[in-house]
Amino acid sequence: MGAWGLFIAVFLACAVEAVEATTIVLAAGTARDWRSAMTGMIAALGVLALLVAALGPAISALPLTGLRLVVGALLLIFGLQWLRKAILRASGYKAVHDEDEIYRTQLAAAASVPGRRFGSVPDWYGFTLAFKGVLLEGLEVVFIALTFGSNARDIPLAAVAAGCAVAVVAAAGVAVRAPLSRVPENTLKFVVGIMLTGFGTFWGAEGAGAHWPGSDAALLVLLPGIALFALGLAALMRRGRSGRAAAQGSVAPAPQAGPPAPQAGTPAPQAGPPAPQAG
Amino acid sequence: MGRRLRAFLAFAYDFVIGDDWRIAAGVVGGLAVTYAVSRTSVPAWWLLPALLVVLLPVSLWLAIRRR
Repeated sequence: MGAWGLFIAVFLACAVEAVEATTIVLAAGTARDWRSAMTGMIAALGVLALLVAALGPAISALPLTGLRLVVGALLLIFGLQWLRKAILRASGYKAVHDEDEIYRTQLAAAASVPGRRFGSVPDWYGFTLAFKGVLLEGLEVVFIALTFGSNARDIPLAAVAAGCAVAVVAAAGVAVRAPLSRVPENTLKFVVGIMLTGFGTFWGAEGAGAHWPGSDAALLVLLPGIALFALGLAALMRRGRSGRAAAQGSVAPAPQAGPPAPQAGTPAPQAGPPAPQAG
Repeated sequence: MGRRLRAFLAFAYDFVIGDDWRIAAGVVGGLAVTYAVSRTSVPAWWLLPALLVVLLPVSLWLAIRRR
């Protein structure tokens, strides 16, 4: 994988997670107290930095074959889960990840809890909400950056890509002080799911002892192949859903979705989680 | 302590396994078969892509059926 491939893959994957973390911090800051929310975010970023400092050199020291097997397996599992969710959303079977709705739910939940000072933190609830959100979403950012970076033997570049993604999204969040609902999150998740699945398949198979025809060039076939397959599945499911809805005579407006625009169907109600969700 | 451990295990399960455990099980099984086949003279690179072609539609079908 070239340097640009590594940068783009890590940047996109981390941007998705950063959007979710930003939504939680914005909700904590708006509903509770900005200073506490920012302190919580900075504390979580500090913990994540420590994790990277500790795990980065340790991962670099591992033998490449074993690393590729484990990392490939994890990336493949992550990638297939992301792709599964993205296809379900794109075909209308699952509600699209709605940052506005999540923001509103977080805001309502945060506003209903009485404030409590803890040490120099004016609002402990706002602090912990921002801390947990950034830490949990950040763990995925760290995982993606470390696994991609270690496999490509370029952890610094992966760390720069992850840092750029977090900085861009955080700056946008601070600038608008509102959830980043215009980010086409499902489309991004679709693309990232394809990347994680593709690299996971490639590295996993290599780690298990298989040899790809054409070596690294196999990725140039694997990634578009997975993309076409996933898009085909989404189109097929959308058509099946539209047909079923039409047969029942209850065609409702479709949810706004990712890459292939869905045509019909009623979205399932979005359960806005007070706690951050993975993926 | 027990509650915290359970909460951590639940988080770890959600983080790694996610919504459908069959995907994780299928990937682990696929890698094991790939390893076994790679020890022989038969090419093993095609096994994981073939697994994807089966695993993803099955997981989606099961998700739809539950709705």
